[in-house]
Amino acid sequence: MGGYSLTDLVSIMAMQGFAGLILFSVFVLMALGLAIIFGQMGVINMAHGEFLILGAYMTYICSHVVQTYAPALFPVYFFAAVLLAFGASFLLGIVVEWLLIRHLYKRPLDTLLATWGLSLILQQIYRSIFGAREVGVELPPWMMGALQATDTIQIPINGLIVMGLTVIITIGVYLLIYRSRWGKQIRAVTGNRVMAGAVGIDTDRIDRYTFGIGCGIAGVAGAAFTMIGSTSPTAGQLYIVDTFLVVVFGGAASLLGTIASAFTISQARSTLEFFLSGSMAQVLVLLTVVGILMLRPQGLFTLKVRR
Amino acid sequence: MLSVTDLRVAYGQSEALHGLTFEVGQAEIVAVVGRNGMGKSTLMKSLMGLVPTRGGHVTFDGADITALPSHTRVARGLAYVPQGRMIFSTMTVQENIETGLFVRQRKAVPADIYTLFPVLQEMRGRYGGNLSGGQQQQLAIARALATEPKLLILDEPTEGIQPNIIQEMARTLRRIRDERNLSILCSEQVLSFALDIADRVLVIEGGRIVHQDRRADIDAELVARYLAV
Repeated sequence: MGGYSLTDLVSIMAMQGFAGLILFSVFVLMALGLAIIFGQMGVINMAHGEFLILGAYMTYICSHVVQTYAPALFPVYFFAAVLLAFGASFLLGIVVEWLLIRHLYKRPLDTLLATWGLSLILQQIYRSIFGAREVGVELPPWMMGALQATDTIQIPINGLIVMGLTVIITIGVYLLIYRSRWGKQIRAVTGNRVMAGAVGIDTDRIDRYTFGIGCGIAGVAGAAFTMIGSTSPTAGQLYIVDTFLVVVFGGAASLLGTIASAFTISQARSTLEFFLSGSMAQVLVLLTVVGILMLRPQGLFTLKVRR
Repeated sequence: MLSVTDLRVAYGQSEALHGLTFEVGQAEIVAVVGRNGMGKSTLMKSLMGLVPTRGGHVTFDGADITALPSHTRVARGLAYVPQGRMIFSTMTVQENIETGLFVRQRKAVPADIYTLFPVLQEMRGRYGGNLSGGQQQQLAIARALATEPKLLILDEPTEGIQPNIIQEMARTLRRIRDERNLSILCSEQVLSFALDIADRVLVIEGGRIVHQDRRADIDAELVARYLAV
């Protein structure tokens, strides 16, 4: 790391750390959805990245529509876009569950194949509608700036907004799962599907909405994603692998584990990327995760209870 | 109350129940006894809609429920305490009981459930998976009662439970029947327990009912012979 003074290094760490936090936000939101769906239904949703991109395209559409028809509202369009992104992905998720996934619950390997096929179909649909070229979302000026924390450290405002959004959604998901009546039913179905039915819980309905919510959260991740990357039909593919890594590393049953592992992986990636090339950073992170998982196959966090 | 006619259940090609016909009356306790593998659990599961029915009819409260999914059966008034108890191990005791409330749109655990099982009130914050076998059995019964059933179905409730607790459970089940005026259908291998609680005993062997008697005139030796290995 020659050529950098100590203060430079601290600043680099801090700023890369913040860049990592936006990545962390996208990972957490993606992984939350994936983990909820996998935890409850045992379905590995290969199309999760495409739900992210759907959210990103919704944000893109929203920004253009607002810019064209209601420029006065442009400064706050992003919040409407988040809602729209959630709604669109939620609805698509419910339709997909109803058309496809529910017929495959007894064949978990086939859901892998089916959702992969779905991801290809969605990519082509995006390509047909929005074109193959990447699109960027224009942010309102007030979200573009940066806070000057010290002389050498700048904190981007949009990063802070994405972080705030992630915190709110994570708390929301926590409350939904651990404090609400709905969440109690989700946990019962996750714990023992057959028995949940036999105490009177409509498991089909719970499955459908859980799948929808998981996809909806991916849509919100997509809205956040527009701030750190440009949207293209296949951009979701870049994130799905990392998200799987996050879920497995954290332990699929634990919300806290998902957050901790998303934090570790995104920060490691972001900090290493500054000093090494992007793919070397990726390789190093992957090797470390593989190493840790060999020692701790159940992931970072597990619940201590007899099963 | 519950009326089963020529019930046939099969796992794939092999038929496990070859046409059972029996009834359970209002506030009656019926014990189904038989050796391992004779179809007791299959019968209980099929009544709850957990295994598909191949033929015959199940009517409950005058309505045909043969093809209903299990959660609708619970809504109609059936409740199930499975073999092995199947507690939601990562949920607390109280949450376990609360899972039974959804079907009745209720929010709070009725006080009489804790009156029946005081130990569950003490442990309501613990994970279900960390209870002892006997406590889990009480929890499974409490969870079933939370659905306000008209018929309680228990699959081998004495399995893996200490003898002194078995007697207490027999008393509890009779008390539940007397207080709530519900019917109980219970599969059992322990004959003494079955004779202790049941008004009527059915003997099942090879997927058929081979003998049935009211408790008053049951020939315990004959039934014991069916149970002998």
